[in-house]
Amino acid sequence: MRLLYEENIEDIALGAAVLGTGGGGDPYVGKLMAREAIRQYGPVELYSLDELDDDDLIVPAAGMGAPIVIVEKLPAGDDMIRAFEALGKYSGRQPRGTMSIEAGGLNSVMPIYVAARLRIPMVDCDGMGRAFPEIQMTIFTAHGITASPFAMSDERGNVLLMDTVSNAWVETFARSCVVHMGAEGMIALYSATVKELKAAAIHGTITLAEDIGKTVRRARRSETNPVDAVRRAVGGFLLFRGKITDVDRRIEGGWNRGDARMAGTGAFAGQRLQLDFQNEHLAARIDGAFAATVPDLIAVLDSETGEPITTEALRYGMRVAVIAFPCAPQWREPAALKLAHPRYFGYDVEYVPVEERFGA
Amino acid sequence: MRIGIDVGGTNTDAVLMDGAAVLSATKTPTTANVSEGIATALRRVIADSGIDTAAIDGVMIGTTHFTNAVVERKHLTPTACIRLGLPATVCLPPMVDWPDDLREIVGGNAHLAHGGHEFDGREISAYQPEEVRAIAGKIRDAGLTAVAISSVFSPVNATFEEQSAEIVREVIPGANITLSSEIGRIGLLERENAAIMNSCLRQLAARTVDGFKAALDELAIDAPFYISQNDGTLMNADFAKEYPVLTFASGPTNSMRGAAFLSGLKDAIVVDVGGTTTDIGVLQHGFPRVAALAVDIGGVRTNFRMPDTYSIGLGGGSIISPHPLKVGPQSVGYELTEKALVFGGDILTATDVIVAGGSEDIGDKSAVADLNAEMVAAAQARIMEMIAIAVDRMKTSATPVPVIVVGGGSILVTGAIEGASEIIKPQHFPVANAIGAAIAQVGGECDRIFSLAELSREQALEQAKAEASERAFNAGAAAASIEIVDVEEVPLAYLPGNATRIMVKAVGDLLGG
Repeated sequence: MRLLYEENIEDIALGAAVLGTGGGGDPYVGKLMAREAIRQYGPVELYSLDELDDDDLIVPAAGMGAPIVIVEKLPAGDDMIRAFEALGKYSGRQPRGTMSIEAGGLNSVMPIYVAARLRIPMVDCDGMGRAFPEIQMTIFTAHGITASPFAMSDERGNVLLMDTVSNAWVETFARSCVVHMGAEGMIALYSATVKELKAAAIHGTITLAEDIGKTVRRARRSETNPVDAVRRAVGGFLLFRGKITDVDRRIEGGWNRGDARMAGTGAFAGQRLQLDFQNEHLAARIDGAFAATVPDLIAVLDSETGEPITTEALRYGMRVAVIAFPCAPQWREPAALKLAHPRYFGYDVEYVPVEERFGA
Repeated sequence: MRIGIDVGGTNTDAVLMDGAAVLSATKTPTTANVSEGIATALRRVIADSGIDTAAIDGVMIGTTHFTNAVVERKHLTPTACIRLGLPATVCLPPMVDWPDDLREIVGGNAHLAHGGHEFDGREISAYQPEEVRAIAGKIRDAGLTAVAISSVFSPVNATFEEQSAEIVREVIPGANITLSSEIGRIGLLERENAAIMNSCLRQLAARTVDGFKAALDELAIDAPFYISQNDGTLMNADFAKEYPVLTFASGPTNSMRGAAFLSGLKDAIVVDVGGTTTDIGVLQHGFPRVAALAVDIGGVRTNFRMPDTYSIGLGGGSIISPHPLKVGPQSVGYELTEKALVFGGDILTATDVIVAGGSEDIGDKSAVADLNAEMVAAAQARIMEMIAIAVDRMKTSATPVPVIVVGGGSILVTGAIEGASEIIKPQHFPVANAIGAAIAQVGGECDRIFSLAELSREQALEQAKAEASERAFNAGAAAASIEIVDVEEVPLAYLPGNATRIMVKAVGDLLGG
């Protein structure tokens, strides 16, 4: 167990934003919520799975909806607690702690808010090792852990509880409900025992995010190239450097959807990159040819500072670097790959691991 | 003919330009009452050139006065904030991420009320006029007259902000009110921050702009005068009084535009060495490269589009301690001409080291004759190293690029800079800011809602760009110089036909300037 203080939050949020591949919400809002909660309620205890009892129940907490909404309609805070407590009530079991469902900007740090306010442990693991747009897209689903019971709350005080026949049904129902909540809802789901998580969760995600965050910060301080430092820290490849020439975005079915187009600079002069997103970056095409796709990770970084840029912050004229890196190996097992295959997102292509495209 | 003036924290610079020719230039200390410094500078440039004041077509003033006020926490009017959006947004109230000292100065008077909109135009909760009236009463009772009003998704629908402003005006006659929807984009905290700072600065803005006017009147200059904005375009004086936050980045923008003009280069790194700090920025196609991320002003996050600059604590007034060798970040600042050794003072500054090194002859050279030569060489090397590291940080590739050195502290650059293909110190380099103000452009904006039922998105964008360009042209821009500098879209899912709000900004050079 170690304690998470205000000063750890910055690094975790920065690293999680890299792993969040443009989605998961602006880490700034989550970071502020976590920081304010720690200031008010004290540091949060971060446990590894090995330090907890096998029977302990852990309930992940998250936000859901269109990330561009969350920077504008800031959460109430109570909505998050309400969903978490409703789930415990429905399960008839007191949750021992909370964790992140995904390593995305907002959702990696939101559980810190819950852990601080309720003074319960936070567990150092997650269900994706990255961020994904849909609820069923977790390693948990591939391991038979159910997203139900599922609780969702809005700032008004509405609480929806669902018990469904599959994780995909949670996604279907929740996605249409979240639109009515203004494309923003706070959720609790995938409750699991520590024993189940030991087999199905991706371990050490918070620590990994914190390490990536530290790497970027150090690279900035030592005046070395932060983009390259991030690329090395995640074992990735530089796809592109360039300027954003157009961003087409829409809020559709509770998502940020759209694409960004970039014109290459320096060694990439003359090339064009198209980046598609549905909350997260899905695929990058250079001059029409796929360069990287889900489930591998595609991150857009500020070309100077290495700061990860979320899809809602992409803007005409920005100078960026695009890197891609391999997903957690669990995603490449057949049951998991089916959930996050490029075909699932409408791309009629085989999945080619990014290191096979760019590796030696 | 035009006069460009830059009112910096240390110096007030002025230039008189006829087309592209600099007829005269001057530098004078900024005075506590800024208009005195401006009057002095104006008097000098006019006297030096011998022109008739009737020949002046316009006066363009760039100032970091308002930015400095926030950074230095000076002359800020305590301001209340009303945010409409309950029950959402509670866990992050207004000013939540402000530095404690600034929040205290501004008064930390924050209120949450019902209202606000969803992204699709529905109301978050019913707007309650009586609730706003009660809050306005509290604000009045606290003795405040400056108020910022924000509402969730006000860039999509500003009605609640406008209705609240009316109530506040009824309760607090003559209140100074800024609506967040007038000055910002999506991003509630950032937009609200800018609105609060704007109200904080309005009294100072009114005094300052009136001071500018008084200085011009004193010299019987009858030409229109403008203030430069963040994006390098001009706004008229009345507008500047209302929206002082829009000048926040005009300093670096003017210095970089001036550097581009003086050097004739469109792609280069600009190193602006002042008295206390050195700002490094990047010119791309003649314009400053814009920062991709939120920019802090005095520790407060905003989402203005600002030039991407990197500052280091190095300037002509940087204090040097010899053992162990340390250069800055402490500086004697505007007291350089009293405190530096060469000016008869007793503090070793970067300027003294440069004079001792023999590359410049300023003040009393004998005052630095006894300095240890090794220390002098080491300090000069350290200065160049600091600049080289900062330049490297701003470069996009390893390819050497030209470096343009401007600003009053340019004498600090004495050797080669690693990674620079050439170092250019253009003529009039000390007054690049004022030149940037003088050549400032005019802009045109299109901000309206397009229905994508009848138009494709591409057609709508083209139409918006054409409208913005036309407005820039009507504002006096030379057609060939008009460029689109900003494009932003806010999808409005609540309107039928896939409506979207498109905001486009075009800028161009003033015709005949």
